[in-house]
Amino acid sequence: MADILRERERQVYRKGQQQAFQLDCEKQSAAGSVSQRACVFCGSRVVLYPIVDALHIVHGPIGCASYTWDIRGALSSGPELHRLSFSTDLQEMDVIQGGEKKLYAALCELIDAHQPKAAFVYATCIVGVIGDDVEAVCKRVGLEKGIPVLAVHSEGFKGTKKDGYRAACDALLQIVGTGPVEDISPRSINILGDFNLAGETWMIRDYYARMGVQVVSCITGDGRIDDIRRSHGAALNVVQCSGSMTYLAKSMKEKYGIPFIRVSYFGVEDMSKSLYDVARHFKDKEMLQRTQNMVREELQRIMPLIADYRRVLEGKRAAIYVGGAFKAFSLVSALRLLGMKTVMVGSQTGNKDDYEQLRELCDEGTIIADDSNPLELSSFLEEKDVDVFIGGVKERPIAYKLGIGFCDHNHERKEALAGFEGMLNFAREVYGSVMSPVWQLTPRKRGNTLEVVK
Amino acid sequence: MSSQPHAPKKIPRPNWISTRNPCKACAPLGATLVMRGIAGAVPFLHGSQGCATYMRRYIISHFREPMDIATSGFSEATTIFGGGANLREGLGNVTSQYHPSLIGIATTCLTETIGEDVSGLLHEYREMTAGSKGPTLVHVSTPSYSGTHIDGFHDAVRAVVEQLAEVGASPSAYVDSFVNLFPGMVSSEDLRFLKEVAAAFEMPMTLFPDYSETLDGPSMEKYQKIPEGGTTITALRATPSAKATIEFGRILRTKKTAASFLQEKFDVPAKRIGLPIGVHESDIFFAAMEKLTGLKTPNKYRQERGRLVDSYVDGHKYLFGKRAIVFGDEDMVVGLTSFLAEIGVVPVLCASGGKSGALARSIAEVTTHVRDTVLVRDGVDFMTMAEETELKALKPDFVIGSSKGAKLARELGVPLIRVGFPIHDRIGGQRILHLGYRGAQQLFDLVVNTLLEVKQDSSSIGYSYL
Repeated sequence: MADILRERERQVYRKGQQQAFQLDCEKQSAAGSVSQRACVFCGSRVVLYPIVDALHIVHGPIGCASYTWDIRGALSSGPELHRLSFSTDLQEMDVIQGGEKKLYAALCELIDAHQPKAAFVYATCIVGVIGDDVEAVCKRVGLEKGIPVLAVHSEGFKGTKKDGYRAACDALLQIVGTGPVEDISPRSINILGDFNLAGETWMIRDYYARMGVQVVSCITGDGRIDDIRRSHGAALNVVQCSGSMTYLAKSMKEKYGIPFIRVSYFGVEDMSKSLYDVARHFKDKEMLQRTQNMVREELQRIMPLIADYRRVLEGKRAAIYVGGAFKAFSLVSALRLLGMKTVMVGSQTGNKDDYEQLRELCDEGTIIADDSNPLELSSFLEEKDVDVFIGGVKERPIAYKLGIGFCDHNHERKEALAGFEGMLNFAREVYGSVMSPVWQLTPRKRGNTLEVVK
Repeated sequence: MSSQPHAPKKIPRPNWISTRNPCKACAPLGATLVMRGIAGAVPFLHGSQGCATYMRRYIISHFREPMDIATSGFSEATTIFGGGANLREGLGNVTSQYHPSLIGIATTCLTETIGEDVSGLLHEYREMTAGSKGPTLVHVSTPSYSGTHIDGFHDAVRAVVEQLAEVGASPSAYVDSFVNLFPGMVSSEDLRFLKEVAAAFEMPMTLFPDYSETLDGPSMEKYQKIPEGGTTITALRATPSAKATIEFGRILRTKKTAASFLQEKFDVPAKRIGLPIGVHESDIFFAAMEKLTGLKTPNKYRQERGRLVDSYVDGHKYLFGKRAIVFGDEDMVVGLTSFLAEIGVVPVLCASGGKSGALARSIAEVTTHVRDTVLVRDGVDFMTMAEETELKALKPDFVIGSSKGAKLARELGVPLIRVGFPIHDRIGGQRILHLGYRGAQQLFDLVVNTLLEVKQDSSSIGYSYL
């Protein structure tokens, strides 16, 4: 059993063992707990990152820009400005004298050189402390260069990743509503909260095209400023990754009257339901028919292959630790489709409703954890004798050190896991992770013996 | 260069204000690596949660090992009222979770900017917890707005040595004559190599930091809260009793280092030499070892040297006059440049994001026999390197340095030979051996074979012999 810090005891729950469900969440991470969480800046940066024709400049000392250079597998069909790392790289003298002049000069030279459609200026930890008026610099450069130059207030300590999402959405809201909407169909949507990792947005767009739905903008996968400018002309906002984008959707509903629905593109059930929900929203029988045909076609193609994997994976045990809890729901279902049991599930930023939903979804005995850390996670993996752990970069070495399979479901991955094709990729990756012969050599499976095994 | 629609306009501008595709990370990162190289230690960042998470990610992606970094996790209120309470809570939680023998605290830009008195806070904490057998606490000031991860690394080595040094302490009950070796930021494999050399010379050695095991350990049955290995606190207390200190790093001449501290305060003679990469620089290292031990270099290494030189002869035709861009941490660049120069490759551009002020002089020292122009640029980023390459028509045949040069190499249409730190797009960065004749042998084979592969692949007919 894990040594769980006293202040974290109420953030770990074992289904069935406690009578009433209680799980504390949305708390500041305990100091020294080695949380897997990031910061406000991280939240803003990941959301806006896939806008490929904007300049993204980090205002602060160099670290934050270094650590986020080309960090996401968010693909572009055109410009690749988002894959470059720009920073004001504040030095000691800037900290003493203020960084506004440097920011102004940096923005001007970079806009001249790269001709972006907009610029996002991420203010990191010390910018407020040294008293820079980032807003004023942005306004001035915006007027001089004739493009939107937007301050993203993402000082790392001013909250959690969720506050960073909000700061990103606030910046986006200044762009939404500034473009023409004349040629937009009444059957049109914005895709919110898909980041085009490994080209996933393209797959989703293709489904919508086959249904007869016009996609006005993708916020923010393979994102374009001009599309976002006119996104208020869409008839519906379809929100994935609800943690980051619900605020934008709600704001657009208030301001422009655009309704929104929540979806998930991971796993066969959730993917199908998402498309049906969109078709039903438009109350178009033909569209619904087209959607049914498409889903049937896709399922006929992938299900026999998935059944093959299932035969081998039936009964294997999985653990999940992800950023947003919403993704965990889909993963639990997707693993179930493969015949696998989720024995541990947790997230960095889930809320009460999320965890309640996870509890309903999971089997007896499943561990549910909020804002966990390496020592807890490793003990859960050992205790539950997990076959495959699903998480991100920081979770990977925990699994690997113990000789446990791992699947990356984070923003660095190169495999498309969304959509029907993505489910097949996911099945293939889980299969490859569980079935690799290397586990047979690990101490966990055969001890540290050097004896020759026949 | 790229033909993307948004490729930068070529504006010849020598003085960019912004940093574009940085060739450096920030100071606290280097400090956390040093702390990870102490036995039983947990690195701790006094600052925002994100710093620890980003650095863990960056380091994990290179070493592919667990890298737990604790943090005091500043909030808005902490920033206004000071981080004392968070620091105390954090240290307490790390102690009860990890049971460390040492916690190594580094500051961040935030805590430096608001002027946290970490030394005072730790003093209070020690008094508060006096009587309990708590971990040893060391701290280093690493403002991210000053220097790079390399400065953070060397400053942490010095801070730890300064704070732990005790007169009269011995690294172990049986050792009365030993040497300190401060190797700088090298790979886990390099550290193992240095320990092997010391053992072969029968020389007791305090190697610091030593993350050879903590950041390159075996597969485990049970998760280790703190991986085994690292320089022991006992050994670190005894550094003033060493008969000498060897420190790698020609650029360190401008810095106050752990070696210079021990020399000034405790009269421990300090020998500063370059990273032993290639024959020339390795000869200096082995000569230093001979002088300190009074022993001849063991035959094993003489043979390695012999084979290395023999292979230089076998491969020289494929290398002479080839042009390379060398980039990365300053001392790694100096070592690699020395190696390339001795095998006939022209280091047309030696570049680093670091700015010690000693790069040009150090490069000059190791390129005295190079007849071609060697451009040296410190404090530069990758886009500046790309522009310089085009502007000066450098026409490199290959690029050598960390994986962060992948984009540069791709745009230039030449191979990138991955060495140093970080290597994020391949596995095994921690197992690259750069040092000694053996390390040079591996680098040499890699360089020659990379160029041969380019030649073979671009041949219209292909061929079966060299």
